[in-house]
Amino acid sequence: MEDLYAKKAWELIAMLRGREVSAREVLQSVLRRIEEVEGDVHSYITLTEGEAEQAASRADEALAGGRDPGTAAGVPLAVKDVLCTRGVPTTCGSRMLEGFVPVYDATVIGRLREAGMTMMGKANMDEFAMGSSTENSAFGPTRNPWDLDRVPGGSSGGSAASVAAGEAIWALGSDTGGSIRQPASFCGLVGLKPTYGLVSRYGLVAFASSLDQVGPIARDVRDCALLLSLIAGYDPRDSTSLQVKVADYLEALEGDIRGLRVGVPGELMQEGLTPGVRANVENALRLFAELGAEVEETTLPHLDYALSAYYILAPAEASSNLARYDGVRYGLRVEGEDMLEMYGRTRAAGFGAEVKRRIMLGTYALSAGYYEAYYGQAQKVRTLILGDFRRAFERFDVLVSPTSPTPAFALGEKVEDPLAMYLSDVCTIPVNLAGIPAVSIPCGLEDGLPVGLQIMGKALGEAELLRVARVMEEALGFRERPRVARGEA
Amino acid sequence: MITERDVEYVAWLARLELSAEEKERFTRQLGQVLEHAEKIKSLSTEEVEPTSHVIPLRNVMREDVVEAGLSQEEALRNAPRREGGYFAVPRIL
Repeated sequence: MEDLYAKKAWELIAMLRGREVSAREVLQSVLRRIEEVEGDVHSYITLTEGEAEQAASRADEALAGGRDPGTAAGVPLAVKDVLCTRGVPTTCGSRMLEGFVPVYDATVIGRLREAGMTMMGKANMDEFAMGSSTENSAFGPTRNPWDLDRVPGGSSGGSAASVAAGEAIWALGSDTGGSIRQPASFCGLVGLKPTYGLVSRYGLVAFASSLDQVGPIARDVRDCALLLSLIAGYDPRDSTSLQVKVADYLEALEGDIRGLRVGVPGELMQEGLTPGVRANVENALRLFAELGAEVEETTLPHLDYALSAYYILAPAEASSNLARYDGVRYGLRVEGEDMLEMYGRTRAAGFGAEVKRRIMLGTYALSAGYYEAYYGQAQKVRTLILGDFRRAFERFDVLVSPTSPTPAFALGEKVEDPLAMYLSDVCTIPVNLAGIPAVSIPCGLEDGLPVGLQIMGKALGEAELLRVARVMEEALGFRERPRVARGEA
Repeated sequence: MITERDVEYVAWLARLELSAEEKERFTRQLGQVLEHAEKIKSLSTEEVEPTSHVIPLRNVMREDVVEAGLSQEEALRNAPRREGGYFAVPRIL
């Protein structure tokens, strides 16, 4: 029998309900796997075995008593360490929050607790979700289970690596410019960034508030749909939460894609794609056509400006959001003679290089004399990008591109070159600026490393997006497993 | 072009103490990123409204009813220094 740690959540849920396995057996399998590979992969900042064992026991008791243990019960979940978990340290990958123990749960965590969640631990990440490789974690990098010399992507790299390596069955990430989709792509998984406002941001430590969304990373589209259905929906505690009825994402998976209008933005297929990424995406486009979709090249001319606009807007919002780390109410404090000295020293010691760079960039873009030329102009470019997407979705049901121009790159390759690192988000960033949903699914390999296909949908079009992703997943038939997960490493 | 003086000024605004090495490095790296960002200046946007948020923003109000919040003990639990139910800070003036 295939090891339990390698199964999909929906398979385990069926097995648990059929009493074929117990939640404790599933947990033991995952814990043994963690013992085997965590030293190499380093997916987690904090492991929560004790809590997980209690949750698994509760699930088994409920099942034995013929009661519903909750949909998520008994299926170990990795939680990106940017989500507040009551009583469990939440570091955001930063020295600034080392030792911080939230006194409340993020809304998504509260919802998953009600659904019987078995939390396996808090997953590693780029500090304050700023980065594309998970090398910016103050607690050391995570390695890609497909090749330990490569990055897992970021910033939700620990979440993706844990699922790929079998150290969790599914995971929560957050995505401000691609931080769910790019690591899902690098690790051969399915990752979805929901429509802005569909999933509550309450208790998600803020990076860029107009762009941040929480979403699922999983082994297939069905697990992704299931996890999304457990976290989506209106939350009065988030003033940007949308008051909409949440669709039945599992039911939505049924159906085909005949007659689906697929647009391929030329701006996202330009230079910079590796040959393998291009070939795999073109193969996926042929499959779309074979399945009865109408595939057409199109143009969203302002996407060429998206990266530049994003690297003004996101750091500007970050510089404001991260002003809260002042050594007073929580987190690190380095004492000084007076308040200002204490602030300066605390922030110098608490933040890593990338976070400092973004705070500086954002502060500069917002400062007197530069505000209109940078921040104001970037906000206007955002309007133009929104307009491009609005027009595109009048003609197309979904838009398709690579998730990332390259497969996973080597550790250390881009650490000293921030701009090169930023360019790895070129295909994912426009989606956050427009607030629309997008999913990354694996579509092939290049030199043994997974390539991701990004499918973008209309705002609140998650149901259709997931159906398209499910149909394509089946057609692509991607069955590869990373070598760590096969235990050959 | 961003200069080391600009970097010092921005670091002061952001309440970040930087080492000499960081000042030099950030001047170079921020220069590169800003050079890339210059691209957006070439777009004509006179008629374009800025977007700060993708969803129609309105004031979100709730009923003015008393709800449970964090207790004083909970609010202070993560404070690096506290004194008699308060956050303790160094002198301000």
